[in-house]
Amino acid sequence: MSMTSPMATDVKTRAELALNDEFLRKAVRFTTERLRNGKRSASEELPHWEAWRDRAREIRLHTIAHLDYYLNLFVENARANGVHIHFADNSAEAVDISLKIAARKQAKSAVKSKSMVTEELHLNEAFAQAGIEAVETDLGEYIIQLAGEGPSHIVIPAIHKNRYQIAELLSKEAGEPLAPDTTVLAGFVRKKLREKFLEADIGITGCNFAIAETGSMVLFENEGNARMVSTVPKTQITFMGMERIIPSWEDLEVMATLLPRSATGQKLTMYMSGITGPRREQDMDGPDEMHIIIVDNGRSLQLGDPEFQELLNCIRCGACLNACPVYRHIGGHAYGGTYSGPIGAVLTPALNGNVEEWNDIASASSLCGACYEACPVKIPLHDMLVFLRRRKVEQGRGDKLEAAGMKGFAAIMANSKRFSAAIRAAQVGQKVVVRNGEITTKLGPLKGWNSYRTLPAIAKRTFRQRWEAGEIAAQSAVKEMDPGIRERMEGIMQQRKKRGGDSS
Amino acid sequence: MKVSIFITCVSDVMYPQVGEAIVRILNQYGVEVDFPKTQTCCGQPSYNSGYWEETRTAARTLLRSFDDSDFVVSPSGSCTYMIHHYSELFKEEPEWLEKAQRLEQKTYEFTQFLVQVLGVTDVGANFPCKVTYHPSCHGSRLLGIKDEPLELLRNVKGLQFVPLPFAEDCCGFGGTFAIKMSDISGAMVAEKADHVIESEAEVLVGLDLACLMNIAGHLRYRNEPVKVMHLAELLYEGMNLR
Repeated sequence: MSMTSPMATDVKTRAELALNDEFLRKAVRFTTERLRNGKRSASEELPHWEAWRDRAREIRLHTIAHLDYYLNLFVENARANGVHIHFADNSAEAVDISLKIAARKQAKSAVKSKSMVTEELHLNEAFAQAGIEAVETDLGEYIIQLAGEGPSHIVIPAIHKNRYQIAELLSKEAGEPLAPDTTVLAGFVRKKLREKFLEADIGITGCNFAIAETGSMVLFENEGNARMVSTVPKTQITFMGMERIIPSWEDLEVMATLLPRSATGQKLTMYMSGITGPRREQDMDGPDEMHIIIVDNGRSLQLGDPEFQELLNCIRCGACLNACPVYRHIGGHAYGGTYSGPIGAVLTPALNGNVEEWNDIASASSLCGACYEACPVKIPLHDMLVFLRRRKVEQGRGDKLEAAGMKGFAAIMANSKRFSAAIRAAQVGQKVVVRNGEITTKLGPLKGWNSYRTLPAIAKRTFRQRWEAGEIAAQSAVKEMDPGIRERMEGIMQQRKKRGGDSS
Repeated sequence: MKVSIFITCVSDVMYPQVGEAIVRILNQYGVEVDFPKTQTCCGQPSYNSGYWEETRTAARTLLRSFDDSDFVVSPSGSCTYMIHHYSELFKEEPEWLEKAQRLEQKTYEFTQFLVQVLGVTDVGANFPCKVTYHPSCHGSRLLGIKDEPLELLRNVKGLQFVPLPFAEDCCGFGGTFAIKMSDISGAMVAEKADHVIESEAEVLVGLDLACLMNIAGHLRYRNEPVKVMHLAELLYEGMNLR
């Protein structure tokens, strides 16, 4: 199947699991806080952070607006460098192309560096079914592969696990108990993966950026494993989301300034590799054969959609996850898709083109805008979440009770007399439940609110009622206005007029 | 000059004293405040839930109510920001679009109005308490209200300001989110309350009554004695005008 199907459970159920998992919540809080603080210091140290963001956004907007041009340019240049380019419309095609390459090479095993797009394609499962071992070599990815899970964070896939849980997993793999000590655990993985690197027939990578002007691909990483994956095996297969393009190396400077800082607070990742084609004769290492599979898988659905096209600007830094107060409490798996957090809540239904089935994730947001504020390319995710909700309603797939409620809301709000009457009725009606000025019953619709709070009663006399009784406005209370203040106010009104916004 | 108060539903119905505080403070600066009686709600509950046609109905009520006002002042950053969505809602209706753009330009959240329009940063209040401040998301992130409330608080005599840890984190209100996703919202407000308690403040102030209702409701639920007030209430009390 080419599309991820919605899970059997809803986001509420999945969130409840997470909320009751103290280990998970502690681990997620700990790491997101570290990343968030890292990003804050890094962005404060770099002068003109906002100008960098604006520049990055412009580059991404420009590239996506001319994606066909830059993709062609990239493909032409990459081919000239000796790279085999493939296009895949959906995940099934992408998987199929890579399996065919593997079969031609009679591959028995592959090593992989971290790649969200291959997670999206469920590549590991497909390789396993074809009898080819595909081993994740990023530490976090390796851990979740052993656990049989998907990533719960775009940058830190095993963010939900603490070192005791990790030690348990790795001990099983080692066949002996390993101490829950990061040096011991990383040492074990390092040794284990060294064997895998040396015997792998294929190296599989993702692609952080593809540079159109030279047909190159760029990888950012900290562990050196992507460097190994792209130099040791004889054949390299790179999966690249079709929107990963940037026009030039000059543009990479902007991205390289923002991506590591936004993701982990680093000035630069430990490794940044630019790869232009397979091994040339004079090169010491590198693959003899290099393939790049350019994956659409729902991305082109966003092109030309004014509300969602900016999703393609995302550089997968994960900053929105680290800033998100909802993610902080429920972690990534509760989102139910490959991508989690605010970007996942919007990207998953957008890529799948099935907003209505995924809509409940869009509801799991307080629309606080922390994601937008954190985003290095300024994607208005908080607006997009509302657009998703609206599209579901427009398609008539909203909750029937809610829809009726909203009709009632509009009818009352259309007319202040009706509004006043409704409030008067509520003032009388609430008497059965109000004690000492508040409502604490958990019955009916009050359950959600009052399970965590008390609700203040409607005032005995509302502002409107008091105003109408002449209790608030008193001409005599108005002091004489300071001429300075009058001048300021008149100045503001004049400016407004000049801008053409006010005809009064 | 006609200055009108956009009271917002939550203040009108649950916290009328906040509207009163705003009117009385503004009166001190020679601003006569008018209350257009036809106003109802900004439409945020339906907008955020995706019911935009219903939102337009509410929005038109507000647009009509304030059409001839020169300035509009509201006790909520969130409801003020909602008006910034009106241009998008009425982009196909030129007549309403024009009204929407005008209302957006002339509407201010209370501290914005006090500081940016009137140029007042010291109301001469005295409030000898330990106070912390929760910057509500829409006001601070989307309207850009950052320094105004802090400056007003700094100038209150006797007031000891204590910082709120993780102040910028959402309190978990989010309108219907608090009902629909009550467990997530509950976890968020619990953490916010923990931070308020950690600050050792006696009073928590903010600029959005819905957020304050959420935090105060949770503190009450836990029987925590921290007092929760809108900044206008604190200033008014400190001005000792009653």
